[in-house]
Amino acid sequence: MNSIQLRIWRGDDSSGQYHDYKTEVDDGMVVLDAVHKVQAEQAPDLAVRWNCKAGKCGSCSAEVNGMPRLMCMTRLNTLPTDAPITIEPIRAFPRVRDLVTDVSWNFRKKLTIKPFTPRKPDFPDGEFKMQQEDIERVQEHRKCIECFLCQNVCHVLRDHHKHDEFIGPRLLVYSAALELHPADTADRLKSLKDEHGAGYCNITKCCTVVCPEHIKITDNAIIPLKERIVDEYYDPLKVVLRVLGVRR
Amino acid sequence: MSQMTLPVKRSWGETQRRDAWWKTPVFVFLMLSAFLVYANIRVFEGDNYYSGHSTAEANRATNYLTPFYSPLMFEVESRAATPSGHAWLSSGRPGWLPAWLSPAALILIFPAGFRFTCYYYRGAYYKAFWQDPPSCAVGEPRNEYRGEHRWPLLIQNIHRYFMYCAVVFLFILALDAWHGLHFRKPDGSWRWGIGVGSIVLLLNVVFLSGYTLGCHSFRHLVGGHRNAMSEQAFKHKLWKCSTCLNEKHMAWAWTSLIWVAFSDVYVRLCATGTWTDFHIVF
Ligand code: SF4
Ligand code: SF4
Ligand code: FES
Ligand code: FES
Repeated sequence: MNSIQLRIWRGDDSSGQYHDYKTEVDDGMVVLDAVHKVQAEQAPDLAVRWNCKAGKCGSCSAEVNGMPRLMCMTRLNTLPTDAPITIEPIRAFPRVRDLVTDVSWNFRKKLTIKPFTPRKPDFPDGEFKMQQEDIERVQEHRKCIECFLCQNVCHVLRDHHKHDEFIGPRLLVYSAALELHPADTADRLKSLKDEHGAGYCNITKCCTVVCPEHIKITDNAIIPLKERIVDEYYDPLKVVLRVLGVRR
Repeated sequence: MSQMTLPVKRSWGETQRRDAWWKTPVFVFLMLSAFLVYANIRVFEGDNYYSGHSTAEANRATNYLTPFYSPLMFEVESRAATPSGHAWLSSGRPGWLPAWLSPAALILIFPAGFRFTCYYYRGAYYKAFWQDPPSCAVGEPRNEYRGEHRWPLLIQNIHRYFMYCAVVFLFILALDAWHGLHFRKPDGSWRWGIGVGSIVLLLNVVFLSGYTLGCHSFRHLVGGHRNAMSEQAFKHKLWKCSTCLNEKHMAWAWTSLIWVAFSDVYVRLCATGTWTDFHIVF
């Protein structure tokens, strides 16, 4: 048993402050365990969202010592103990209470992306024939657990509050999963360029750094989309060829 | 969005992070600034680009052209009597070109533009030079933000054109490395050989190839633009090779940048006679 200090943000969307708690922890415990211990022993009204405790549901997102993390996947022994461990709610979405935030914006925004629009199935029973190697790229995107840590760290949402003009890295990953899918036929490039604001991403890669599923968000989702947008709208040669009818 | 109440934005540099988040941006800032200063000095120096011009006897047998001056469009006036043999225009400086412009100034815009618009460097210098953001989860100095969504940074979308040029440069630099394996005998004939400078120039091509062929635009154009890549086996293979380099794009970017500067320093030291190249001539 070691004694540690937690500095937990408590409050709601109008005001709040940090509260210090001292608690005993065992080897191998994660931040979420310590928060639960505080909740059980000292602050029964402390609000915290969690579900799986296995890094798979994406509910327990928070900022631990200033970095967006899943609380259930952050071992206490990886954190310095010479000062209190700061735990606060994510910052790109409205606070509900204590560590709980309202991330529903993400689900509303997701509905503005054209859904999967498959080509004609290859078999009468509606099955598609696809090569594993063609589908691998989008399988990476589909690992997303919707923890929204990437949305939280992305400075376009976090610091510039461009929620009306930019869908954020998570939804760019979702768009890439559809846009790069070999059986999909829809064209999302115009909306990605305009109302979904792919150009706002300045490829500073913070989303990739925090993704607990290790999705290479910037390199394998956002940049491939940006390149397709260049093909379609910015490459002067391709634009001329298209105007001349040489290229589709 | 307007109906969402969000936490108050943090001020410039404000964060709860306790690690040394400032280290990487400071490193990037110092390295890129140092490179820019050095490259500018060299471009305007207008000499010491060819090791065979050296005052040191041993270096006069060597045939190393610095990558900063390659392709060498013309020989500078002071070297007209002892041409390096690398100049593309045998007639010397074109009449319309002001005398203070060195041959390097004509060509460096291409590699400079390539790096300036590179996806990796963009992300790195937006942080280090423009603080947008200073580092992940650290407060920013400005409220206004256009990103690459509007002018002027919309111009970054031109990156692939610089990439085309960079691929051509690879061939040119490979040719220079090949020339670097040739040594001049006192009677003016050429012999095969290998020197420290030859290895420096060869590695330069290797590192620049690793950087250029792992470029995101290259990766997109050789295969990434397709969804069903397996239908075109060759493109698929190219895409996989490029992906393999792309995974380490940052490392290639720095290695090649440092090495190209080192190659220039090496050739310059040989050209000025400060350093004597070690070589074996077969
Ligand atoms: S790389 Fe783009 S999407 Fe990811 S955090 Fe940075 S600006 Fe946001
Ligand atoms: S992409 Fe990664 S960080 Fe973003 S929501 Fe999905 S799992 Fe979380
Ligand atoms: S509780 Fe499910 S991811 Fe942490
Ligand atoms: S992305 Fe770095 S060179 Fe193209």
